[in-house]
Amino acid sequence: MRTAFINELFEAALRNERIFLIVGDLGFSVVEPFAREFPARFVNVGVAEQNMTGVAAGLASEGFHVFTYSIANFPTFRCAEQIRNDIAYHNLPVTVVSVGGGLAYGSLGYSHHAVQDIALLRTFPNMTIACPGDPVEARACVRYFVQNPRPSYLRLGKAGEPKVHASEVAVAPGKILRQGEDWNRPIKSHAVLSTAATLSLAQHAVKSGGFEADWDVCSLPVWNSDSGPSIREFIAKYQSILVIEDHLRAGGFGSFVQECLDPAPDLLARVRCLALDPKVCGHVASQDVLNQMGGLSLEGVIRLVASLDKIRSL
Amino acid sequence: MSTQDLARDIRIRALEMVTVAKASHIGGALSIADVVAVLYGSVLRHKPEQPEWSNRDRLILSKGHSCTSLYAALALCGYFPVPELATYASNGSRLMSHISHKVPGVEFSTGSLGHGLPFGAGKALAAKRRGLAWRTYVIVSDGELDEGSNWEAILFAGHHKLDNLTLIVDYNKIQSLGSVNEVIDLGDLVQKFSAFRWDPIRINGHDHDALSNAFLSQGKKGMPTVLVADTVKGKGVSFMENLLIWHYRNPDANQLAAAVSELTSNDARRT
Repeated sequence: MRTAFINELFEAALRNERIFLIVGDLGFSVVEPFAREFPARFVNVGVAEQNMTGVAAGLASEGFHVFTYSIANFPTFRCAEQIRNDIAYHNLPVTVVSVGGGLAYGSLGYSHHAVQDIALLRTFPNMTIACPGDPVEARACVRYFVQNPRPSYLRLGKAGEPKVHASEVAVAPGKILRQGEDWNRPIKSHAVLSTAATLSLAQHAVKSGGFEADWDVCSLPVWNSDSGPSIREFIAKYQSILVIEDHLRAGGFGSFVQECLDPAPDLLARVRCLALDPKVCGHVASQDVLNQMGGLSLEGVIRLVASLDKIRSL
Repeated sequence: MSTQDLARDIRIRALEMVTVAKASHIGGALSIADVVAVLYGSVLRHKPEQPEWSNRDRLILSKGHSCTSLYAALALCGYFPVPELATYASNGSRLMSHISHKVPGVEFSTGSLGHGLPFGAGKALAAKRRGLAWRTYVIVSDGELDEGSNWEAILFAGHHKLDNLTLIVDYNKIQSLGSVNEVIDLGDLVQKFSAFRWDPIRINGHDHDALSNAFLSQGKKGMPTVLVADTVKGKGVSFMENLLIWHYRNPDANQLAAAVSELTSNDARRT
């Protein structure tokens, strides 16, 4: 996803002189072409995320659309107050980009596990959250923010994620994408709704579990506090929904969806959420192993889908 | 209006605001009144009738709790009507008791310390990268220098040779729970800033001629400028000077009258 991000940003920067990239001394073998091509719109602030974010806000206040770039929790938690006060409160066009969302840096340990970032960022007024599920969605998210500069958070995976979408997609806050189909075709009885890197897991589970006849696989890559109506409209179409994410349940995407359903308790009953169990915190393993430990195994998703399928079929 | 008269009126308005609102932080507002008066009275390129004028100099008040002095200066310069100052910190007022960007002429909201200098460094970098002539000024408190984010920005500004950036340290030597030397000793600030590749000027922060000359000299090429401004907390009101309690206490009506009387009789020219 990081390659998709930087390529899309590079292409956008060729056409848009407002785009500025700031890195916190991270991005080896990723950001160099941008730095070479656009030296006047690139700066490495060093290992200093608070200053990175404050400088970004200052540049943005003078007309730049700034992308701050670092990994895991460094561009978010370390400088949370700068994002809250300097960027979001002033409604400035800064996109905070984190590589390694979820447990992508599995073996690097708890410091590098970004499993509470959504909970933090989504509470700030004016923030829009983007959690692309594959490189196609990542490119679409960059295109959307370039066209709609605003306080925003772009949570990327790392590298080598499978491509889920067969062709280019267009994203917007609250716009739910339906895998393999458009919304003009008849919908199925149930759906998995994913944000971030669990999209391929959802797709794989539905396919390998033999649920394709009754289950849609959907994703919501971009969302914010105005997305409630579209989420309610989506859920009203289905008998049941499984929301899935590689983030802790507390404050995550599933929690957000449930909050959106507060005015519609009948819809709330249709929703189950699968998120990471906090017991993964502190363990060291590959991303796959940690995800399984946290409850995001293929078998686990299939079992959950099967149980929902059975309940609804009775 | 001379900068001396402006400083006196800033002090009187700030005192009136905190008295009516029963608000804190008058001591630090009085200690920057002269710096603010010299900046708005004779240094900054600005147009009160056009607050967003693109060629204006930018001023960031990072010690946002001293906002009464800046609100007063902006109103007295014509950014908004002076009577609005009477709404300070009241229900529905845009004059919140930490500086607010919703007020005409205010560039940036602060309140949490350590945010203004990184933001100002970003503005200065923007001007550099675009070849624009305006300058950025940032006012920080001495206690605020305890925040690590400032030192990240100080390192950054020196490295990037932001000679279009001027920092003013309101060095009144008193912070929230005691003297700066007792809480976290800042040591030799001039030496520290020199080591970070800044051009430091130690200055009497109440001497208008010295301030004006220092601002207009614009420092050394390739280095950001810092004025380490020795100031007095509560400056201009004898019963408030150098007393920690005026970080918290608000004057009552009698104390306000005494303060105004002193300021008008001395004409605030005790530099």
